[in-house]
Amino acid sequence: MLSIIPMLPQLGIGAADLAAAFLFLYGLHRMSSPVTAPSGIFVAGIGMAVAVLASFLYAFGVSQAAQPDLMINIGLVIVALAIGGGTAWWGGRTVAMTAMPQMVAIYNGMGGGAAGAIAAVELFGGKADGMTALIVTLVGALIGAVSLSGSLIAWAKLDGVIKKPLRFKGQQVFNGIILLATLAVGGYLVAATQDKSLLVLAMPASIYLFFACALALGIFMTLPIGGADMPVVISIFNAFTGLAVGLEGFVLQNPALMIAGMVVGAAGMLLTLLMAKAMNRSVSNVVFTNFGEVSKYKQGNIKGSLKPMQAGDAGIAMRYASSVIIVPGYGLAVAQGQGKLYEFVKLLQAGGVSVKFAVHPVAGRMPGQMDVLLAEAGVPYDMIFQLEDINDQFSSTDFALVIGANDVVNPAARSDKTSPIFGMPILNADKAKKVFVVKRGEGKGYAGIVNALFYGENCDMVYGDAQAVLIKMIEAVRGLGLPAVA
Amino acid sequence: MDFQISISGFVALYVFMLAGFAGWVIIGRVPAILHTPLMSGSNFVHGIVVVGGIYALLNAITLQEQVIGFFAVLLGAGNAAGGYAVTDRMLAMFKTSEHAPAHRKSGSVKSIHAKK
Repeated sequence: MLSIIPMLPQLGIGAADLAAAFLFLYGLHRMSSPVTAPSGIFVAGIGMAVAVLASFLYAFGVSQAAQPDLMINIGLVIVALAIGGGTAWWGGRTVAMTAMPQMVAIYNGMGGGAAGAIAAVELFGGKADGMTALIVTLVGALIGAVSLSGSLIAWAKLDGVIKKPLRFKGQQVFNGIILLATLAVGGYLVAATQDKSLLVLAMPASIYLFFACALALGIFMTLPIGGADMPVVISIFNAFTGLAVGLEGFVLQNPALMIAGMVVGAAGMLLTLLMAKAMNRSVSNVVFTNFGEVSKYKQGNIKGSLKPMQAGDAGIAMRYASSVIIVPGYGLAVAQGQGKLYEFVKLLQAGGVSVKFAVHPVAGRMPGQMDVLLAEAGVPYDMIFQLEDINDQFSSTDFALVIGANDVVNPAARSDKTSPIFGMPILNADKAKKVFVVKRGEGKGYAGIVNALFYGENCDMVYGDAQAVLIKMIEAVRGLGLPAVA
Repeated sequence: MDFQISISGFVALYVFMLAGFAGWVIIGRVPAILHTPLMSGSNFVHGIVVVGGIYALLNAITLQEQVIGFFAVLLGAGNAAGGYAVTDRMLAMFKTSEHAPAHRKSGSVKSIHAKK
């Protein structure tokens, strides 16, 4: 029975990783409904804690060569965990909800970087033995490094550090050459490991070159893509990181990494496809086509005129309606008007008005971000409706209130075949009996096209900052001094 | 008895295939309203890479390996901790309305969350 004792650390790690893999799957499963979702992330968190604590048991199994440094290395692990985890935790707790996409991009880049760094340790230490292990390490390193540098560019774009997409002639060819160069260096590394006589460039130098190429590829891949498409790009990199983690998990013979990585890889791919579908674009179209810049499209003449209206009057009109559907867009979040919006909605509800929120799949900077922003303001999620559930209800609604949204309510997507957004699913706000559009000015949306909805017979424009407009609406309705009905 | 894990060749491909399928199916059921928390949630899950980083750093021999391994753990820990922090923060905000028909147990979301 005593013979089992040396195996206990291995048994502990195995059991902990098995538990972690199960808890991740179960946690993600629980995230599929808003009711169980908070417990879902908690379950997955326990899985993570168990796996990380158990990984200290690796200290019992290190090789003879690593024994002298073991205490230092354990110390380094603790310091790295504290610094990395502490900073990121603080950042995640304090970041504004509107800056969430950037934050996810950074965390994702970190994951990719970690996978790349693990691969680097394996490569420099010559630990990946056998052709399969070496190739898998290199592929994981490539994907991880691309995810790291690409995510950082995505962060810079979303945060406004890089303002304009960088495009030059022959960019696709240039990127293709970087990819080929990376693969060539990778191929050389494999060949040189197998046959020492092929060695022309020292191993460490080639490894550095390999990572430099991979990082450059991530940068140049992401630079030409416009800021509006960044969410799809982050989702792709999220899947990439998952894949890289899964592959490095294979190299390290750790099934928990393999399973978690591949689950995220597949989930990320599906999520990317869903997002692209909501924008009516293919994924390759997002990555390889320059959107929003090429405006050769000539707009047909739009009949009608823009009819300005006072915020107070619009607010009072809605107070006397029986039903209102609100279409929030990113402009609302920019003005930080969610809280005021919900205050206004509660006033309407007190007066017996039926109020619903219609959220477009790509409202905000990231699919589903608008839902989060509304939730942050306290809007219950059973008042929030998705496109397919609410689109038929506009025609039987008294007022549609469009706040800070533009392209997602442009009827040209239904009717105008030449429009760049033709075919994109939109919210049929124009079908409501009356439409109020709250907008800062007469500017255009992301797609850079004029919105026919604004010129419609049934549409009035309320100009101003969303928050300021809502405050006026609230004051006007309060000024009526009507008693609450409900 | 031997607890050493050895996954090679087709066994690895089976693990990848089943895990990939599981991820696809689980995510396919998530409503659009949860897409953002889900993206950061799955982002959190690949933070498990920190375990690989710890393994690499504990087995580091040269200074170079220690430096790179240190960064692997640092970045992995950031991925995991940050991913959890933002996901948990977002999900805690989702609640149902009290005045809505009582087909959902309102408040249950909060009580589960209060554990933390």
